[in-house]
Amino acid sequence: MAVLNVSPTRMELTRMKKRLAVAVKGHKLLKDKRDELMRRFLDMIRETKELRGRVEEAIREANHGFALTAALLRREALVSALMLPKQSVSLDIASKNVMGVEVPVFSIQQKTPGEDALSYGYAFTSGDLDNSIMRLSKILPELLLLAQQEKTAQLLAAEIEKTRRRVNALEYIMIPDYRDTIRYITMKLDENERSNLTRLMKVKDMMVEKQIEIRRRQAGH
Amino acid sequence: MYSIGVIGDYDSICGFSALGFDIFPVESAERARKELRALAGGGYGIIYITEPFVEELEADCALYEERPVPCVIPIPACTAALGAGEARLKRYVERAVGSDIIFGEQ
Repeated sequence: MAVLNVSPTRMELTRMKKRLAVAVKGHKLLKDKRDELMRRFLDMIRETKELRGRVEEAIREANHGFALTAALLRREALVSALMLPKQSVSLDIASKNVMGVEVPVFSIQQKTPGEDALSYGYAFTSGDLDNSIMRLSKILPELLLLAQQEKTAQLLAAEIEKTRRRVNALEYIMIPDYRDTIRYITMKLDENERSNLTRLMKVKDMMVEKQIEIRRRQAGH
Repeated sequence: MYSIGVIGDYDSICGFSALGFDIFPVESAERARKELRALAGGGYGIIYITEPFVEELEADCALYEERPVPCVIPIPACTAALGAGEARLKRYVERAVGSDIIFGEQ
């Protein structure tokens, strides 16, 4: 039992009752927020996991192609083929509000859209290189989506952790503390009331006794 | 407007230059750390890093976790897969839920 350090007065009692009501309401709201965040987070994680699997697979295949190319070509040829890219991207970041968490939304603009983005002629390179680059450019949207989803998952996880802490603090510390304090003040006030009553009764008894004494003395005379 | 950067060993990341990403080939974790810092402060919105470097730069990557930008994402290198990306997702689940309830299923 943890009683807050307050003086047991009627005013404190009303104040505590108000705070308890606010805490209970806040607890319910935060709990709802946590549950909804959690639901979205778990959906998102499942999606992201699948997406990551696909992207990793594609990158691995592309890397395989690059390795083959590197084996076939002289290194200088490979480096010079990829040295001056024709393509360039710029990334636009908007933000979206998910349950009070600002999460990014990525979109990109390519300088030369479409498939024809190879920065070299076909004469001195192998087909593996072309295939690998095609494969990579095909997963570009997914690569972007992966970044967006992982960031969102990251931010949601942080927010859930924070909300969970708040819910627990309210549920296990604040609310019981307020309840205990209210109980303590109520008991203290009741006790005061009772002691007052007994005092009055005692005083009354004393006065009555005095009166009886006086009457008895008068009757004796 | 932001750019997209890729950090890793040359063989794993050379293809990304054809997509229009800026590639930053590095050999050591120390160079990778320097590049990461430079990119994070230099208008890069997404930074892809190959798995071996992600594992070595754990603390540096964690620095950018709470911020909306930049977004640091592990990608597989041409060497063996390490599963660093999945491990990261797993960590998020543990952080949010308290224990891993998704990746432990398999």
